[in-house]
Amino acid sequence: MSDQLVAPPPENCPGTQSEMSGKSSACAGCPNQQICATAPKGPDPDLVEIEERMKTVKHKILVLSGKGGVGKSTFSSQLSFALSMDENVEVGLLDIDICGPSIPKIMGLEGENIHISGQGWDPVYVQDNLAVMSVGFLLDKEEDAVIWRGPKKNGIIKQFLKDVYWNELDYLVIDTPPGTSDEHLSIVQYLKTSNLSGAVIVTSPQDVALIDVRKEINFCKKVGVPIIGVVENMSGFVCPKCNKESQIFIPTTGGAEKMSQDMNVPFLGRIPIDPLIARSCDEGKSYLITHPNSEATKQYNLIFNKIKETVK
Amino acid sequence: MSGCGNGSDNLEDIGNNFKRVVVQPPKKTSSIIIQQDPDDSQTITSSLKPKSNCCGGNENKSSCCSSNKIEEKPKSGGCCGGSDNKSSPSPSSSSSSSCCSSNKIEEIPKSGGCCGGSDNKSSSSSPSSSSCCSSKNNNKIEEKPKSGGCCGGNEKSNNDSCCKSEKITTTTTTTTTNKPIIKDDSNIISSDATKVIEGDIIKASVGCPSDTPLAGSESICSSCPGQSACKSQADNPDKKSIEIRMKVIKNKILVMSSKGGVGKSTVSSLLSYGFSKRNNNTTKVSVLDVDICGPSIPKLMGVEKMQIINSEYGWIPPKVQQANHDIKVMSVGFLLGSPDAPVIWKGPRKTTMIRRFLKDTFWGKQDYLIIDTPPGTSDEHLSIINSLKTCNPDGAILVTTPQNLSCDTVKKEISLCRELNLPIIGIIENLSGFVCPCCDEITEIFKSDGGKNLAEEFNIPFLGKIPIDTNLGKSAENGVCSICDNPSSPGSLAIQSIIDKIDQIIIDNKKKL
Repeated sequence: MSDQLVAPPPENCPGTQSEMSGKSSACAGCPNQQICATAPKGPDPDLVEIEERMKTVKHKILVLSGKGGVGKSTFSSQLSFALSMDENVEVGLLDIDICGPSIPKIMGLEGENIHISGQGWDPVYVQDNLAVMSVGFLLDKEEDAVIWRGPKKNGIIKQFLKDVYWNELDYLVIDTPPGTSDEHLSIVQYLKTSNLSGAVIVTSPQDVALIDVRKEINFCKKVGVPIIGVVENMSGFVCPKCNKESQIFIPTTGGAEKMSQDMNVPFLGRIPIDPLIARSCDEGKSYLITHPNSEATKQYNLIFNKIKETVK
Repeated sequence: MSGCGNGSDNLEDIGNNFKRVVVQPPKKTSSIIIQQDPDDSQTITSSLKPKSNCCGGNENKSSCCSSNKIEEKPKSGGCCGGSDNKSSPSPSSSSSSSCCSSNKIEEIPKSGGCCGGSDNKSSSSSPSSSSCCSSKNNNKIEEKPKSGGCCGGNEKSNNDSCCKSEKITTTTTTTTTNKPIIKDDSNIISSDATKVIEGDIIKASVGCPSDTPLAGSESICSSCPGQSACKSQADNPDKKSIEIRMKVIKNKILVMSSKGGVGKSTVSSLLSYGFSKRNNNTTKVSVLDVDICGPSIPKLMGVEKMQIINSEYGWIPPKVQQANHDIKVMSVGFLLGSPDAPVIWKGPRKTTMIRRFLKDTFWGKQDYLIIDTPPGTSDEHLSIINSLKTCNPDGAILVTTPQNLSCDTVKKEISLCRELNLPIIGIIENLSGFVCPCCDEITEIFKSDGGKNLAEEFNIPFLGKIPIDTNLGKSAENGVCSICDNPSSPGSLAIQSIIDKIDQIIIDNKKKL
């Protein structure tokens, strides 16, 4: 029902799902009045279906950041690779960045398609225990733009949750776009009854990024999503020639660690900049496997272990 | 979940900690219409085709509704119904430019009335011929009738109405081409509709003419509860106000990138600093930040603690408090109760806010208006581009990092600009190489030349590379102009040369018009 509204509710709207919707005095003149008055009230039936699907998923982890380009997709993919290194653990990776889906490229699944089985949409498998779903698989060419407004994006996110046959998963990692908008609201709303384990917030050390990340933390607090912790990505660069460490993204206000203390959220760790990470993403390979002994891999593993401990 | 934000739904209500500035919050009236298809949540197409006026095939020789023109946005103003292009060559040729030609699947005619197949009844070719809503048996799905009165799939059972029922909902399961197949009555996903291969399922979207002069008057509107609101809005009074404001601004430049974190806001602020120094620091520049969820511009320009003042002429934007820079800044950041308050708005509210920025801000006479956008290809981009459509924007500058991942994502932005007929001024490659302050060794952290190659591939001017310059970063954090502070640092030099190129391109483009 809620998807059928054609205009924003007016001030003093009694609530589109409430008893008085369509009937109160504030409704007069609202284009939605007919819809509200006649539509069935009550919980969205799709939510019930989503809950069913999500029952087979043990832990759902959101990867958020208010700021773009800090490394959410990179982090989500590396987290999925790491979790799936144990063959007995089933991992799923869901990319709800509709406008800029990076996950297919990072996981080396460009050009793959989605097929339908009797149980729903089949996600694309990187390896036997790692399944991936993204809107990128539905596009023909990589330059096809997905120019959708909010409600349409919500629709596809719902489908990802409702129609995809994830089967039994130990972890479902959900990569989000930057911001605090439609996609974030939808995913939180749709998973409200499905026990979201928590959110990992990725940031870079600069203050410009931290402003947006503070907003994201407040968003999580307001919608009731537990925060697993904050990760500071792209934190420090070691020059390969002289081994001097420089800060490219300068933490003028103490970086993510100080911000986490101020906002009372756990700080999970720092990941340095390594050009090889970017290259692995471009090539679609797992950085943790190709470079198991690098500094960044060590940091990644420390952070991933903390995440696993927290969600148990 | 409501398709728009507000009301008592808890999730939407949060984050609206607007402080009591002198500015009135935006009016939430029924004059706000969402660009939404009536069964929006269920139909999914790969790209929205906003509704600039259909030329009826007249303006574009490559007619607005021709094959492979999915990317067109005709349709407000009336599908020609095939009549405008009668003289075009064989209707069955795929390159024919008749408005309703074969491979029409990809067309999005239909505001103004789908011909209903009647215009091309005389066509002699096979079923794949050029009736506006036909083609191969089960591929009508890909039609996008509907703004302007195609049945939208409703006239299913009758005759050869433009959208035969089973077509739209038909699914096939052939995997001959191994293309995505998704079966569901209402949840059909279409990928790019130019790719029509037999057996694929592509569903038409129902086009709502809310953004066009025909809003509320099309036949499809009769069943829409928003009809009365649309009718009253049909003249779109906002548009005129926006035009008036924008008339006195000489150059309007958008800075876009579908990828996040490439440096759009940084580049916007640098461009504004650079432009304002021209002509002995007398150039007037304004910066509009339409990133509603993550407004970075106030911080980068050092104005985050300032306020907007409401006056009889409109909202007066704060000015940058640095000598030699006449720069005004407008951002949602000034309207927040606290800098940490999240702005958790859905699309339509953001659209309204953007329109208000354009309509109500008293920019005055300006030489440049630089518009910083959020990442992606969504509401904000559609709104800003649609709102500025009649105001002659100079174009978009696309920012990318050299990485393949970033360039691939920016290709989408290029598609967006082409779809919406927004000229592209050029591509800037940011974060291109790091110069180690100790040993001057250059390391390409994010690969190299990605932006340049992208520009060549799409035949777009390449404006230049900006290296990773720690001085730039420091100045940005402190909200000061890095060009003034460090005029000879690699970043500053790069931006100066980019500005020169931009100016030249704008002048050249204006001459061509």
